[in-house]
Amino acid sequence: MSGEFSIIGKPTAMIDAAAKTTGAGKYTDDLRVPGMLIGKILHSPYPHARIRRIETSRAEKCEGVIAVVVGKDAPNPYGILPVGHDEYALALDKVRYVGDNVACVIAVSEAIAEKALELIDVDYEVLPAYFDPEESMKATKDLIHDSKPGNLEKDYHHVFGDPDKGFSEADHIAEARFIANEVTHAAMEPHSTLASFEIDPHTGKAGRLTVWSSTQVPYYLQHKLSLVLEMPMSQIRVIKPLVGGGFGGKSEVIPLEIIAAVAARKAQAAVKITYTREEVFWAHRGRPRTIIDLKTGIKQDGRITAVKARVVQDGGAYCSYGVVTILYSGALLGALYDIPNIQYDGYRVLTNKPACGAMRGHGTVNVRFAFESQLDELAAKIGMDPAEIRQHNLLKPPCITVNGLRVQSYGLPECIEKTVERSGWKQRKGKLLKGRGLGIACSHYVSGAANSIIRSDMPHSTVNIKIDRDGGVVVYTGASEIGQGSDTMTAQVAAEVLGCSLPRVRVIAADTDLTPIDIGSYSSRVTFMAGNATLRAATEVKKLIAAAAAKQMGCAVEDLIFRNDQVFKQNAAAASGAGLANESIRSKRDEASVSGRVEGQILRGSLQQKRKEEGPKDSLTFEEAVVAAIDFHGTLTGTGSYAPPQEARGGKHKGAGVGPSPAYSYSAQVAEVSVDEETGEVVVHKVWAAHDCGRALNPVSVEGQIIGSVWMGMGQALTEEMVWKDGMLMNPGLLEYRSPSSVESPEIEPIIVESIDPEGPFGAKECSEGSLAATIPAIANAIYDAVGVRLHESPFTPERVLAALRAKRNAKSLGLTEGVDPTAPARFREHGGSLCFKGKGPERHALDPSRNSAPAVPGRAD
Amino acid sequence: MKKELIELRVNGRPYELAIEPNALLLDTLRQDLELTGSKRGCDDSSCGACTVLIDGVAMMSCTLLAASCEGQEITTVEGVSEHGALAAIQKAYGDWGGAQCGFCTPGFMMTVKSLLAENPAPTEAEVRAALSSNLCRCTGYSQMYEAIRSAIAAERQVSAVAK
Repeated sequence: MSGEFSIIGKPTAMIDAAAKTTGAGKYTDDLRVPGMLIGKILHSPYPHARIRRIETSRAEKCEGVIAVVVGKDAPNPYGILPVGHDEYALALDKVRYVGDNVACVIAVSEAIAEKALELIDVDYEVLPAYFDPEESMKATKDLIHDSKPGNLEKDYHHVFGDPDKGFSEADHIAEARFIANEVTHAAMEPHSTLASFEIDPHTGKAGRLTVWSSTQVPYYLQHKLSLVLEMPMSQIRVIKPLVGGGFGGKSEVIPLEIIAAVAARKAQAAVKITYTREEVFWAHRGRPRTIIDLKTGIKQDGRITAVKARVVQDGGAYCSYGVVTILYSGALLGALYDIPNIQYDGYRVLTNKPACGAMRGHGTVNVRFAFESQLDELAAKIGMDPAEIRQHNLLKPPCITVNGLRVQSYGLPECIEKTVERSGWKQRKGKLLKGRGLGIACSHYVSGAANSIIRSDMPHSTVNIKIDRDGGVVVYTGASEIGQGSDTMTAQVAAEVLGCSLPRVRVIAADTDLTPIDIGSYSSRVTFMAGNATLRAATEVKKLIAAAAAKQMGCAVEDLIFRNDQVFKQNAAAASGAGLANESIRSKRDEASVSGRVEGQILRGSLQQKRKEEGPKDSLTFEEAVVAAIDFHGTLTGTGSYAPPQEARGGKHKGAGVGPSPAYSYSAQVAEVSVDEETGEVVVHKVWAAHDCGRALNPVSVEGQIIGSVWMGMGQALTEEMVWKDGMLMNPGLLEYRSPSSVESPEIEPIIVESIDPEGPFGAKECSEGSLAATIPAIANAIYDAVGVRLHESPFTPERVLAALRAKRNAKSLGLTEGVDPTAPARFREHGGSLCFKGKGPERHALDPSRNSAPAVPGRAD
Repeated sequence: MKKELIELRVNGRPYELAIEPNALLLDTLRQDLELTGSKRGCDDSSCGACTVLIDGVAMMSCTLLAASCEGQEITTVEGVSEHGALAAIQKAYGDWGGAQCGFCTPGFMMTVKSLLAENPAPTEAEVRAALSSNLCRCTGYSQMYEAIRSAIAAERQVSAVAK
């Protein structure tokens, strides 16, 4: 393979690596502009309240305070989805969660702004609040949004095939409730936005707006700013500096991004707002806690006959990506295994908590936990090896699933094979010491959504390339580097196509004034879509260079090879034999680039004259070819765009738009755990993770993404949980939230599987999200293998594992989980079952079950 | 609060600064000296993104008063590069994927620097224990271990050549 490509497929340091390791790279909060002011936001202390009055005059009089912004300064609604415009820059009449945005003080310093926040008087009329989604759905009054009866954001009911028939044909049916508690991105960089207006030279008033922001999608931010500020998009420039991780948490417009722009307009100066870590938790947009009622039927031979899922998501107070999340949860029941009959009922419910949105593995993760756990139970029932039952349900691509998803490349069989082999599954499963176990699970994910959330026919990604006489290749892309290696991938693809070296390529990315539209970094779309657009743009430029080079070299265009900064004839000696010849080309190139600097700048005319006299050459340096092309065509630019093909865009049913992708990634994992039966502590020793990424363009990044996904899944499986009490987040800190540290992180062995997708750039697919979902059920299944309990509620904290172990042997409950057995949870519990908090809290809605009957907490009578 | 004049030594250079007595070292570095390499990832010494060396000891600058560091040698990530080139650990973090989004990386650089100064040949367990003062949300830490191993090997090679 190394002979096939010269740039891709080789472990490559990210092109911005030095900026990151030296501290020279600038993230949004590192930026400042002259005269910049600082904004601080006042948040709601109540989960649900009407605002009667906001009095800001005392704060405004404070020395050093420039302005105070409130809801009526920007009353236009917005939201990431066209069907979900239910947010305001700052609350207009109501607050809907603890942490909702009420007012913003702009001052000369952070300290003054903070002090002034205390001088704002808000008169609230506290309303009963909803915290439990199943109760919230019964609401008839005090609705969270007046336009949403029953506090139901959206519900979908899908039937594919004939589920009733499928279940009647099944030999075994499993049915259970699974609960996955809430997790959040907790990216290391807290959100930050800097907004600055320019004075328009013609009107003399505030004109163009420039916003630097920690966003995964500059284009969406530009669009929403235009809605709220009532400014044309052309007058708004969004620049994405380095972004310190997103994981979906920066894939939609976050309140501070809008507030900073509104504040800059009112204060008539540049304003920067950076969230504190606590505010990041309130801004949230993470993975909703989810109830999954799942029923699966199988034949005695292990074949799945039907699946029925009812999913309830606790979406929080605003729509966010909710409609998409609830659709993904159903749609991605398909495309992993061959399931002939599927019934799906999904409910996205509003509650008085921070809004949930898109998080790594958007919509699929919690349902996958339930499905893969249940499949394991069924395998045990029929006495089949858990790896084997998965192999009995494989798709036969190319195919279209019962719910309309097109599958082409399908590396799942090889993923299962490889993890089973590397982990010693066959030799070790069932033979480990007591308390130690192995578990297997699979997952998949989209390589970008085939249908964009903005209904439009525009391409999902466009890339421009400019090459000038210096031989430098500049790629302009709207794709957003957020740490996943997007810029490096872009440079690699361009260099591979053009046959030039990587340092020649400069990537200008994510600046709405300079770069063409790309719909951003989410749903793992960048490599597939921006990669394809780059490939096309580079191919277009290459054609121009080839035409000129062929003319100069006196050969046909088809005979040219672009490689190692050279353009040469296919049959020329230099081209024969990849290995040795490459070396000689490389040394030749080094000489060329040393002397080329002089030749290119000063002696070009005489050099060309000399070459002309020498007659046609067998090869040209990249720079010579570029100069020839510019002389021939006048300019050297290329553009390429990508839109998913019609065949990949899914079925016609309501909600069919979400789930289809031009290609799916596949993952199979084996986890090895041990469980301490005295304390309930689970330790993950190792995870073998095979991931089908189509083709690994940069293996070091692909492995990093696989490891990172598995690791984040492990966090959700074992420790991470947002703990709620009366709508208050009880653990808004990185240590309290329990993001795993190095001592809690196991060895993860990434195994790259390359299925070479027919439509991916060089065959590549996604690698950054698909692995996450398999980790949670792999660990759950390993816990069962170790100690024989099936946990149906995540995370598998010591409290829950211990409760399950004690329930299994009919021991007295210790009350750690309010007496609930986590192998059969019924509903969400306040404090998630991990921690106990006393206190009265705000008025809960009459329908809320915990209002009348305080949870029984034995042994906590104090 | 009235500002007071202090002297700080950062990366071997002396600076005279007027700061409020309650100013934190992290804010002083980032705002007054414009050394923005040290990051604020939390506000309470949870994440380690603000780690700097104070007289060679890794400390979190988000909960240190700048005024308390007078007379001490402060090293930030900006002081890690050697002779205008990447230090071995910086190069290795890039090559092995130890940095993804890079926001936690400056903190890790300082923690690793302090670890290797104290213990030039740490075991894997010692590396894990040392890194546990810093949080990363991208890498799962695995590729950092490879980077550290490779940096140690590179340093050894250099010192062997020097001998």
